[in-house]
Amino acid sequence: MPPILALENISKRFGAVVVADGINLALGDGEALGIIGPNGAGKTTLFGIATGTVSPDSGRVIFAGDDITRLTPERRCRLGLARSFQIPQPFSGMTVFENVVVAAAFGNGEREAAVYDRCAELLARCGLADKANKQAGGLTLLDRKRLELARALATKPRVLLLDEVAGGLTEHECATLVALIKEVRAGGISIVWIEHVVHALLAAVDRLAVLHGGKIIAEGDPRTVIHSPQVEEIYMGIAADA
Amino acid sequence: MTEWLNVILQGVLIGGLYAMFAAGLSLIFGVMRLVNIAHGDLIVLAAYVALMVTQTLGLDPLTSLLLVVPAMALIGYALQRLLLNRTLGDDLLPPLLVTFGLSIIIQNGLLELFTADSRKLQAGAIEVQTFQMMEGVWVGALPLIQFIVAVAVIAGLQMLFYRTALGRAFRATSDDQAVAQLMGLDTRHVFAMAMALSLAVVAIAGVFLAVRANFDPSIGPARLIFGFEAVIIGGLGSMWGTLAGGVILGVSQAVGAQIDPGWQLLAGHLAFLAILAVRPQGLFPKVSG
Repeated sequence: MPPILALENISKRFGAVVVADGINLALGDGEALGIIGPNGAGKTTLFGIATGTVSPDSGRVIFAGDDITRLTPERRCRLGLARSFQIPQPFSGMTVFENVVVAAAFGNGEREAAVYDRCAELLARCGLADKANKQAGGLTLLDRKRLELARALATKPRVLLLDEVAGGLTEHECATLVALIKEVRAGGISIVWIEHVVHALLAAVDRLAVLHGGKIIAEGDPRTVIHSPQVEEIYMGIAADA
Repeated sequence: MTEWLNVILQGVLIGGLYAMFAAGLSLIFGVMRLVNIAHGDLIVLAAYVALMVTQTLGLDPLTSLLLVVPAMALIGYALQRLLLNRTLGDDLLPPLLVTFGLSIIIQNGLLELFTADSRKLQAGAIEVQTFQMMEGVWVGALPLIQFIVAVAVIAGLQMLFYRTALGRAFRATSDDQAVAQLMGLDTRHVFAMAMALSLAVVAIAGVFLAVRANFDPSIGPARLIFGFEAVIIGGLGSMWGTLAGGVILGVSQAVGAQIDPGWQLLAGHLAFLAILAVRPQGLFPKVSG
């Protein structure tokens, strides 16, 4: 089966720092792929390149068979590519409901009145129903992360890119979100998930890739990869540095 | 006593015009952080467009709004799409410089086309109609209409911002442009719509300005200053604050003029400075950051 999203030979450098060095990564339709790697390995930049906010120095981004490397972020959103941010970035001056309505309406080119029901449902699913009319800027971290997810889902994505959903949450809060992500995935949305909280990741992904120094250094079955010598070396190395 | 009541009332009514100068300015800054130095000249441009429309079609100035408003909105959309969008980025300076250049181009273009002669739009009998509010207090029909229109414009903008999809697009883009794009918003189109709306308001302000007093190609920058002062007094990002700012500026000028005709502008600037010194965020600030 052809991949729904593929990065082909992507390279990107910021000045002297190489954040992507000929990366090839493909996501199967309906698959959940986890990405781990030390801080500064270039994980978040990959999401920027996939969604169009960062342009690669070379390489191509393929979505459902089409080259989207030169498309604007809003066009990619409408094709069905959505992401969440590590630090949630709600439209803080708007209500929770408005945040989701904007994403649902503009992300699909629909009229606002046509998306109200879907948005209310989505908020209920993400545990935000009772906060619909609150200003998004005043939410707790967990609720901001829920909104981040709700807003991304409102655009009706085929592929959802998740950036460190679990970071900063308590064990219980984390479990709530993992359950939600599994549910989303069961609904047929393909997922790429960057995460430092490895056990959360292992509970939900089919495949794991390890990014280090702008390269994919290991890729495959999550439990095999996590115990591979390369991964142990990187993380032990970090432990030794610290 | 009634003399001062009269003065304050006239100040309030002219404040509506200042609020309209300010509303378009505030809208643009709020949505895309663009300080439009050409704003005053665009008001004057609208006055000349209205002059041409009334002269060639023989329309009454207020009726001419039906043509001038869409024409200015169209100019605004094109201006943003073709020119100003290219200047926007992390740096505030390029749009500032480009609109400054635009200001000079508009002034000289108008000078070339219409000469430096003072013009005025003739609104006919309505210009001299007055009502007696109470013993010794008179209100002109035109200033009253102008004020009512200003309140309607502000209320309309407020409703558009908080009740419509376009308004939510403005607010989302204003909040975080990059995230708005990831939610499927075409920010170049959103910015162009904001400029179109701004110039639609400018068109209304320009026509009332031109009916009320003489105008010539050089008076734009002073209107820009009035607009700025009203925005700052009212507080950035608040539409009703903008109306309050316009009214405070108008009343200060009227009171100053009553004390001594030479003090009209000075009194307005002093009121502005006083508020800037005591409450630099304005009376009703909305935007943070």
